[in-house]
Amino acid sequence: MLRRSAGDRVIDLLIYLLLIVIGVITLYPFINILAISLNDAADTVKGGVYLWPREFTLDNYKTVFGYPQLLTAAKVSFLRTVIGTALSVFSSAMLAYTLSRKDFVFRKPFTILFILTMYFSGGMVPEYFLIRDLKLIGNFWVYILPGLIGAWNVIVLRSYIDGLPISLQESAQLDGANDFVIFTRIILPLAVPVIATIALFVAVFQWNSWFDTFLYASSDKNLTTLQYELMKILQNTNTSMNSDSWRTGSNQQGSRVSPQSIRATITIVATVPILIVYPFMQKYFVQGLTLGAVKS
Amino acid sequence: MARNLTKANGMGDPYKKKLTWKTLYEQRYLLMMSVPFVIWVLIFKYIPIWGWTMAFQNFRPGRSFFEQQWVGFKHFIDLFQDPMFYQVMRNTLAMSFLGLIFGFTLPIIFALLLNEVRHIAFKRTIQTVSYLPHFVSWVIVASLFTEMLAVDGGVINNILLSLNIIDKPVQFLAKGEWFWGILTAVDVWKELGWNSIIYLAAITAIDPSLYEAAIVDGAGRFKQMWHVTLPGIKSTILVILIMNIGWLISIGFEKQFLLGNNLVKDYSDVLDLYILNYGIGLARYSYGTAIGIFKSVVSILLVFLANLFARKSGEGNIV
Repeated sequence: MLRRSAGDRVIDLLIYLLLIVIGVITLYPFINILAISLNDAADTVKGGVYLWPREFTLDNYKTVFGYPQLLTAAKVSFLRTVIGTALSVFSSAMLAYTLSRKDFVFRKPFTILFILTMYFSGGMVPEYFLIRDLKLIGNFWVYILPGLIGAWNVIVLRSYIDGLPISLQESAQLDGANDFVIFTRIILPLAVPVIATIALFVAVFQWNSWFDTFLYASSDKNLTTLQYELMKILQNTNTSMNSDSWRTGSNQQGSRVSPQSIRATITIVATVPILIVYPFMQKYFVQGLTLGAVKS
Repeated sequence: MARNLTKANGMGDPYKKKLTWKTLYEQRYLLMMSVPFVIWVLIFKYIPIWGWTMAFQNFRPGRSFFEQQWVGFKHFIDLFQDPMFYQVMRNTLAMSFLGLIFGFTLPIIFALLLNEVRHIAFKRTIQTVSYLPHFVSWVIVASLFTEMLAVDGGVINNILLSLNIIDKPVQFLAKGEWFWGILTAVDVWKELGWNSIIYLAAITAIDPSLYEAAIVDGAGRFKQMWHVTLPGIKSTILVILIMNIGWLISIGFEKQFLLGNNLVKDYSDVLDLYILNYGIGLARYSYGTAIGIFKSVVSILLVFLANLFARKSGEGNIV
């Protein structure tokens, strides 16, 4: 163990090199797109922007933030992330608490009702008609309500609450606290680590969603999201490079932009919030995975 | 106290309570805290199951359930006679199996390599970097790789050109027969680090004395890896493999939708895209529902089959 042979050192070197290569391959696409977003659009078209901007400019960002559509998108993305996460986590935790109470008469049937949903779904078409019949199409709540409770999250929360000492609940009951008070004053504060984990996952999911906008809110400009705007530009690039709304919009403003630069810039704008919360997530997600593993 | 948690009620389960009006009143807060979500799950998860009846009708929106025309299994028969169906099944299974071959094995190798690293700071850095792509959306990933694979000035084309491997830029995302490979590669790029976490956690649980014994027996590093580390995470590997088999048909459509385009759709259209395009896009609602039912039934069968394997291999139930 202590003495390492020359052969060992060669192997070590190879492993380190390989891992560095993997790290570089992982990071490079982000660096490339960052460089393009900070490079002059007309210059980018010539190609060859790899690691850093050749003609540094913030024009792309100015242009992107000059679109009212994008400001709406950023606002909606932010709102659905904050409201969606808060409601989903609070609801899931509250439900999980009732299902953790061994004296609750409906504990078994309610638990089964939720667990079954992990195995099947009605499918895209029936869900589409449900959303339509509920008048949720073109409504902000279409981002919040359909995904309010995740059965998996409820199970993880419940198993965590099961592990909390029961004596605290009992003494609160003796003091005459009702179940809702016990939940908000005792259970919630004690469950902060697992709640933080789940909140981060729900938040990332909300921020990254685009398909619900595509399916249920694509005709409503006030409900567009950042991911959806980026998706539209991407689809335009993929099919053809013909003029799209972004380019026409920019011509009116008279600044130099190209779909490529705009796409790069919005990609960065949509990535940065993830990068900001990433250090916090790292602290929690391994813990969250272990919790899930313990349960299954 | 009436609501005392530990109050014994008869002999058996000390928590068990009888369903009476009195208990319901005592547990009114618990009911208020759970019943709204039960209503939610009935509406959002169980009503769509009722919607499966659409597959046996010629469903017309706006008509009531009793006014619909019933057609029995017509849509299922249509489905199995549609050549498109076999094409999307081929694409779905092809990408599933490629995902199983590479998306499943490479994270194990990555975890084994990371385990050999003794500089903690270096290991942490690589881990931090490799988990990151898991958290960005497929929209962003598709945007990044559209840029990387671009024909004019894309980095990958430029590298291949300067190495003289190709003599003119390749339209990577316009070549149908390359789509499965590109999609699998991008998927591995996104999930390699994330999927390795579970193996790294399993490796830390291996008894260090096993390594010491192996060294005494004269085992080199590869022998230690082969005879100690791999057997130590064998059960984790099996569980993950079985779970992946359960998900074979449920590969989703996000990545195919975002990376694909009209030029490659013979290779990129998967089952869920087929539902989206036919069921909603072409307003063939009943047909779309029938495909959805087919998918649900097959995936539930796969999950049960996977579970059966798990029990046979002595890993217990996993789902």
